[in-house]
Amino acid sequence: MSEQRQTHIIGYGTLVLIWVLLLLLTATTVAVSRVDLGALHVWAALAIACLKAALVIGIFMHMRYEGRLLRLSLLTALVTLAIFIGLTFFDVLYR
Amino acid sequence: MSQASHRDEAGDRLGMWLFLFTELLLFGGLFLLYGVYLARTPEDFISAGGELDLVLGTANTVILITSSLTVAVAVSALQKGARSLTLWMLGTTVLCALIFLVNKAFEWRAKIDHDIYPGSKRLLAGEGGESVFYSLYYLTTGLHALHVLIGAALLGWVGFRIKGGRRDGEGAVLENVGLYWHLVDLVWIFIFPLYYLIL
Repeated sequence: MSEQRQTHIIGYGTLVLIWVLLLLLTATTVAVSRVDLGALHVWAALAIACLKAALVIGIFMHMRYEGRLLRLSLLTALVTLAIFIGLTFFDVLYR
Repeated sequence: MSQASHRDEAGDRLGMWLFLFTELLLFGGLFLLYGVYLARTPEDFISAGGELDLVLGTANTVILITSSLTVAVAVSALQKGARSLTLWMLGTTVLCALIFLVNKAFEWRAKIDHDIYPGSKRLLAGEGGESVFYSLYYLTTGLHALHVLIGAALLGWVGFRIKGGRRDGEGAVLENVGLYWHLVDLVWIFIFPLYYLIL
């Protein structure tokens, strides 16, 4: 009746590993921000933030183990946000 | 018994995620405003953002990441039937939330003592972009802090329910409150580089 993945239990070891990765990425982004890279450092900081977000959503929020419905919903939300941001900047930057 | 068998946990989660998407768009709008004004007045943003405390910001990042771990462990622990570990992890998470809020209060206090708040004499006399930066700073971190407060209250509530020995659907409730808490962490993951790092 109900879906199979109902109770996917993530082991403590995996969770701690993700936590360590998140801390390492935080240290990396702070270190990178102290180096002068010009405009590139904005993109570096955002790329690392996206990587951290992917780890949190994928593992901590169980999205990796969810079904197609939730994954597509998430994709829709993210694409919507990307369109908002993309079109706004298209207007602001080329006005 | 009949109630327990009628729970639709997948439906619960879908509803929670739909709510989280609206939250994502809410904070996304604030980040969008930030991006546009950063592109418009980069010098003002750089001089204003340079005043934020990187050490405090990094400390709060570590605290929130750790609290996300403890919530995730609490969810796994409850699924494995380890109730006392669940309660300990929830307690740790609430503690992290409180430490985060105390740090935030100190940070705001220091800014307000330096006459930096929306409408303050210093900001009104300074460049327009600096004023916009601090308005967005107070709005975004304030809204985020409100989420921390609500999240901590919900975690405490679900903790007491589990402690009280309720069994019916506690896993789903904890999972959804946990999802909310991870969203709080997620938003901070973007506030941190935007406000504390790149300027």
